[in-house]
Amino acid sequence: MTAEGERWLPPPDMSLGRRAWLRQNLFNSWWSSVVTVALGALLLWATVRIGAWAISEARWGVVTANLRLFLVGLYPADQVWRVWLGLTGLSVLGGVAAAVYRGGAVRTLAFWLAASQVLLAGLAAVSELGLVAALALLLNVGATWAAWAAARRLPIAGRALAAAWLVYLVLALILLAGVGGPLPVVGTNVWGGLLLTFLLAVAGIILSFPIGVLLALGRRSDLPAVRVFSTAFIEVVRGVPLVTILFMAAIMLPLFLPGEIRVEHVIRATAGITLFSAAYVAENVRGGLQAIPSGQYEAAHAIGLNAVQTNLHIILPQALRSVIPANVGLFISLLKDTTLVTIGAGLLEILGIGRAVLAQPEWFGAQMEVYLFIAAVFFVLSYTLSQASYRLEAALGVGKR
Amino acid sequence: MTSAPGAPSDAPLRTSVPPWRNVRVRRVAAQGVFVLAVLVAALWLWNNLTSAMARTNLTFSLNFLRTTAGFEIAESPIPFRAVDSYGQAFIAGLANTIVVSIVGIVLATILGVLVGIARLSRNWLVSRLSAGFVEVMRNTPLLVQLVLLYAVLRQLPPVAGSISLPGSIYLNQRGLFIPSPEAEATLGPWLGLVVGAVALAFVLRRIAVRREDAGLDPRRLGLVGLAGLIVIPLAGWIVLGAPISFDPPVLERFNFRGGTSFSPEFTALLAGLVIYTAAFIGEVVRGGIQAVRRGQVEAAQALGLTERQTLRLVVFPQALRVIVPPLTSQYLNLAKNSSLAIAIGFPDLFAVSRTMANQTGQPVSVIVLVMATYLTISLATSLLMNLYNRRVQVLER
Amino acid sequence: MTRPARLIPMLVAVAILAVACETTDPSPTATQTTTGPTDGLLSTIQDRGNLVCGVNGGLPGFSFLEQGTGAWSGFDVDFCRAIAAAVFGDADAVEYRALSADDRGPALQAREIDVLIRNTTWTVSRDGQWGNFGPTTFYDGQGMMVTAASGATSLEDLAGATICVQSGTTTELNLTDQMRALGVNFEPQVFGDIDATYDAYSQGRCDAVTSDRSQLVARRTTFTNPNEHLLLDVVMSKEPLGPVAPLGDDGWFGVVKWVVFATFEAEEKGVTSQNVTQMRDTNEDPVVRRLLGAEGELGALLGLENDWVVDVISAVGNYAEIYDRNLGPNTPFNLDRGPNRQWTDGGLLYAPPYR
Repeated sequence: MTAEGERWLPPPDMSLGRRAWLRQNLFNSWWSSVVTVALGALLLWATVRIGAWAISEARWGVVTANLRLFLVGLYPADQVWRVWLGLTGLSVLGGVAAAVYRGGAVRTLAFWLAASQVLLAGLAAVSELGLVAALALLLNVGATWAAWAAARRLPIAGRALAAAWLVYLVLALILLAGVGGPLPVVGTNVWGGLLLTFLLAVAGIILSFPIGVLLALGRRSDLPAVRVFSTAFIEVVRGVPLVTILFMAAIMLPLFLPGEIRVEHVIRATAGITLFSAAYVAENVRGGLQAIPSGQYEAAHAIGLNAVQTNLHIILPQALRSVIPANVGLFISLLKDTTLVTIGAGLLEILGIGRAVLAQPEWFGAQMEVYLFIAAVFFVLSYTLSQASYRLEAALGVGKR
Repeated sequence: MTSAPGAPSDAPLRTSVPPWRNVRVRRVAAQGVFVLAVLVAALWLWNNLTSAMARTNLTFSLNFLRTTAGFEIAESPIPFRAVDSYGQAFIAGLANTIVVSIVGIVLATILGVLVGIARLSRNWLVSRLSAGFVEVMRNTPLLVQLVLLYAVLRQLPPVAGSISLPGSIYLNQRGLFIPSPEAEATLGPWLGLVVGAVALAFVLRRIAVRREDAGLDPRRLGLVGLAGLIVIPLAGWIVLGAPISFDPPVLERFNFRGGTSFSPEFTALLAGLVIYTAAFIGEVVRGGIQAVRRGQVEAAQALGLTERQTLRLVVFPQALRVIVPPLTSQYLNLAKNSSLAIAIGFPDLFAVSRTMANQTGQPVSVIVLVMATYLTISLATSLLMNLYNRRVQVLER
Repeated sequence: MTRPARLIPMLVAVAILAVACETTDPSPTATQTTTGPTDGLLSTIQDRGNLVCGVNGGLPGFSFLEQGTGAWSGFDVDFCRAIAAAVFGDADAVEYRALSADDRGPALQAREIDVLIRNTTWTVSRDGQWGNFGPTTFYDGQGMMVTAASGATSLEDLAGATICVQSGTTTELNLTDQMRALGVNFEPQVFGDIDATYDAYSQGRCDAVTSDRSQLVARRTTFTNPNEHLLLDVVMSKEPLGPVAPLGDDGWFGVVKWVVFATFEAEEKGVTSQNVTQMRDTNEDPVVRRLLGAEGELGALLGLENDWVVDVISAVGNYAEIYDRNLGPNTPFNLDRGPNRQWTDGGLLYAPPYR
């Protein structure tokens, strides 16, 4: 496809003028032109109709009047600062991570964390939460930027950052749950809204990861007993809907435990989500394991490593690296699937809150507004995550050879 | 782990391996330990379960399936009355799940293929719209889509102000009402004609394909077959008289009677499942088509194959190989996602079972029964798709 | 992965478990005959420090989240508070758990809740399968709500109509029974969620909605135009609504039972939240003195403080106060007390003697 002359020519200019572009991309045949016109008209009509409804008819007040419920559920109003503080920690660490990992994925995430907090601040400013909350959110954005700017000049090891994340997760949980005294205990039964959505998905993916890895190794084990057990677990879990697992966790988990242990509802849902996602993590990891050439095993065997050492030092580090994007995808579906806990386990995550809000007499019949708002929140979250996942995929060179 | 210091008497002349270093012994031992651990855990759980169940009057018995249900089920392909048993209620719910799943899978496949092809369209607007559709659907939860869709259907006019379309079709917030077809005496012979026309078209198509592969123009034969497909049933209809008559829905005091109706619950569930799954299938199809290397198409063209032949003989078989496995998991997801029906009041298997768990007071047996049923559905679907997959893969080389 | 990274899941798991699991040390022997006041569910609850009360959550007047404050309020909620006051002396030590009709039985069986106070009808199959029913707090009957525009005045008028009903309720079963007896055909539309049921009705998906009459009246007040909806003049069933305690713990069941009776007895004896401490200190009536713990050791029999009734009544008031505050003439519901009067006024409320 190169030029046939003796000299190397620069590649031909493929950019088109505006008219030529239109011609090539919208009106390249009579059939294509008809489709373009028809679709364009339909799109215009729909935009006008929906736009008119959204501007003049829709009662968006249902969102602003209940924004706190949507964000944190029944978390006590005078304790909500703890959630903002937790978010500050996330913002700071996000900024640092963006500086340490220069790859596009983390930076995309940090940018979107900041951007969505700006959006939220705008929403909070016109809502019942008021200017103070909006200011707190904007300060978080500042914190992200400051952390990024500071961390760029410091030599921070990935290891230290990982440790910081670990400490953060534990501290954030303690901050949210409380220990008494100046930090009163806030029972998990009042955790709700987007906060709960996030916590369920994060806890689900983190907790299911080790289980999933073990199951994947078990499924590929040459010990029949282990293999049969792992395979059976994975296939059973993948064969039933998540709602039934959540329902079972809600109803049957207490029956499986000794009578004196009482398990919080949130924990039951987390357990159900964890079991569910472990089976899917296992399948992802199995895919990663299968991609490892057998030469790796043979080489490990040749230098005298036993099975455990081979897996721990040779196989898993390679396999897990390659399944990160798949697990981000899993996290996105988990985030969306947490909506099921409102019907499977009676928890008030963001959709459950939406349904509860709709029961308020003055917001009767505002279903479209509430559900569209929730859909928009999920879209922003999971679209961002999926974009980050694409970048990660590109950075890790997965899917390319 | 077990390294040299653990084995003190390492006599230099010994040729046999000590048992704790023997691979086979260790394998058996490891499995024994594993099985034992699983057994102990299972026994502990079982013990807790049975004592808790005894304390709370729960049993594993399924005897309640024979007793009268006493509640109504809004709709089901299988007639169900409140006087029927819990077992029949379960079957009625199962029938709803199966119908929604099968119809959903068929429609989602059609829509998904369209979406996937549209995404690759050379028309910018079509490909962007398709991409936008896929992104919006994939990045919002199905449950939110379902409740939103159901809320939209509720915005339709009430029964009294139904939208009436020509041919006795009515649309209102209680559903879509269309005339139901009733068989007439001439239905048998007419169906025979239709089968004949289809067979004829099929034979003609095979001949046309063979001619095309022989380098001849196949178009005329194909057109003849297509024309036969339309003309023969039409002529039969006129000559024999109408093979089916229509029973139109009639508005009574509260509701339409007669005809066939699609409730908003069914419609919302089906539409939601189809649209959501179609977005995923669209990506699967796009990926499958793009996975066929450009060189394959170029080579086919170089061989002088027509565009249609290239698609039929080169692109599709290879794309299908890539498409079928992920398509299977989408089908499974659709069937499993039908359990979200409970959120919009459609009596599927899970919704009916929830009521059963409550009314019978035996949630444990009910939940086990439900999970076993879904597992069976999933395994059956996997089995069918695996059979198909094997057929597709044979084409490989 | 670095070593700390590998530790993350484990530490998070530990943290979550530490936050959420509450193990009580003395393992209560969970046999059917355990009645002692020092072990069983009562001591578990006391150790835990709060009462887990299963409520409806979507029923104004009975249990709902108050707008603005976000606090729980209602008739059923007050009985949760009354039990908490009796156990802890603190009516706020309650964790509410909103349950759908379908979830309440299993929740009780799994002992996920300590008591169910969720406008639950007492039936023979539920009693003994779900739990032990305490004294009825609200005598109700099933009603049918229609739009005024429909012109229906009797159940027979509803032939061919679509009727909304909630799944997992006695009303779902009664509706079928009643219509079958009358030979009236109808189309059921069943929802698992109370809000979905009334949304569907108010938006015209159904011609009528059926439930307990109190619930219909309460929900009607939430409609945009309450006057456009009528209750048919029929009572389709008996619906005695009351608290339910888990099976297998007679001691705890006794507490639930006698807390409810205490509100009855207090009304009968004229003890109110205003005068309760004064009456304990000055009243000479031996019945009142025993009730309020000024005399005798009745509290100890139940495993409670001797003046537990004082805590109950000062926190939530007597039955009449609870009723009037949530459902009475000064509320949007304005429900007539009907059979929910004292037996001395010709009603059905009758507390056994505190002796």
